[in-house]
Amino acid sequence: MSHYTLDAKRLMCPMPVIRTQDKVAELKTGDTLEVTCTDPGALNDIPAWCRINGHVVISSSEEKGEVIITVKVGEA
Amino acid sequence: MATTQRKAVALISGGLDSLLAAKAVMEQGVHVEGINFYTGFCVEGHTHAIRKKDKAKPKRNNALWVAEQLGIKLHIVDIIEEYKDVVINPSHGYGQHMNPCLDCKGFMVKKAHEWIQENNFDFIITGEVIGQRPMSQRKDTMPVIARESGAGDLLVRPLCAQHLPATLPEQEGWLDREQMFDFSGRTRKPQMALAESYGFEDYAQPAGGCCFLTDEKYSKKISDLWESRGVRDYELDDIMLLKVGRHIRPKKHFKIIIGREEGENNFLSGYRKMFASLKTTSHAGPLALLDSVNGELSDEDIQLAAQITARYSQGRTADKVEVEFTNKQGVSKLIEVTPMAPSKLDEAWHV
Repeated sequence: MSHYTLDAKRLMCPMPVIRTQDKVAELKTGDTLEVTCTDPGALNDIPAWCRINGHVVISSSEEKGEVIITVKVGEA
Repeated sequence: MATTQRKAVALISGGLDSLLAAKAVMEQGVHVEGINFYTGFCVEGHTHAIRKKDKAKPKRNNALWVAEQLGIKLHIVDIIEEYKDVVINPSHGYGQHMNPCLDCKGFMVKKAHEWIQENNFDFIITGEVIGQRPMSQRKDTMPVIARESGAGDLLVRPLCAQHLPATLPEQEGWLDREQMFDFSGRTRKPQMALAESYGFEDYAQPAGGCCFLTDEKYSKKISDLWESRGVRDYELDDIMLLKVGRHIRPKKHFKIIIGREEGENNFLSGYRKMFASLKTTSHAGPLALLDSVNGELSDEDIQLAAQITARYSQGRTADKVEVEFTNKQGVSKLIEVTPMAPSKLDEAWHV
């Protein structure tokens, strides 16, 4: 299991979700992906995308205009 | 012998019709997944949320929300680059504004058709209703979408299926035509009744407002962009910026994008390495970006832009306002200007 990062800053939703989706497609079950965004909408959209696609948000935070969400990849 | 469960992909816009169409097919035991195409012109709650005054509005993505209500997976596909050709060269022309609705629908169904072939799905679902849209949802144009997309009889429109020829899923018995519908026209009552029967109480307002290209003011800004550059083309940043701020073109070779409030100023500040900018320093005021066709701005241009920017600051009635000009390299200088009087600000400059 590996940890990855994704820079989705300055992208407006749904682009951070699309980038997350495309990166997760390359990863294995149990891997984690830390996504950094500047669109606060990602705080709703990435968790919603995870819920419907079987992945888990293990942490999320918002500080100084940046949203950081860590996703654990579920079963394909 | 167990029968194979058929699989369909539903185009999910986030509106009511695609929600109902997908649900109607799920009710017949078909495995449904959603697909949503992002063109760059989609009206997202988040785009509105750039403006601080709109922050109280819910910031959900309706397509994701619909998928969650249905309990299906949603695949969001970035088609920004490929979609340019649809916007720039629509073979069926534009609707009332810059909306190439017929080409757009055909293109999305074509992409969905490619997707079902790659992912081993059986057919495609859309929420189209015959007679609902003046361009893309007419009795004579709906077959055009099926034909030009290549989807043919794999394209199922459950909400108006009973008005249309039987599709392959109906012929093969994967779908029962009698369990689909005969909706037509612009009335929304049948959809609202069906939503109630399925137990959906909360849903996005019906489609139509889902694309900026149907908006008159936005369409004018695109036309202005192409005319000033002398070329019909765009990048994602161009079309994002057209959604934000006042756009004022005092001279053919440059325009000013002026933030209307704090949220827009914050958004525009993310572009300060791509554009020269102006910010009033002696008085509270907006951030303005200077979009020059050839990247060059004379001192006279900067002076004019500073006067216009000062006109939208708290110092609009002051004799002098200090404005900081910063070029793309981050080099700044202070200039002092008299704010432009409203009577001098030519109405024709407003894009």
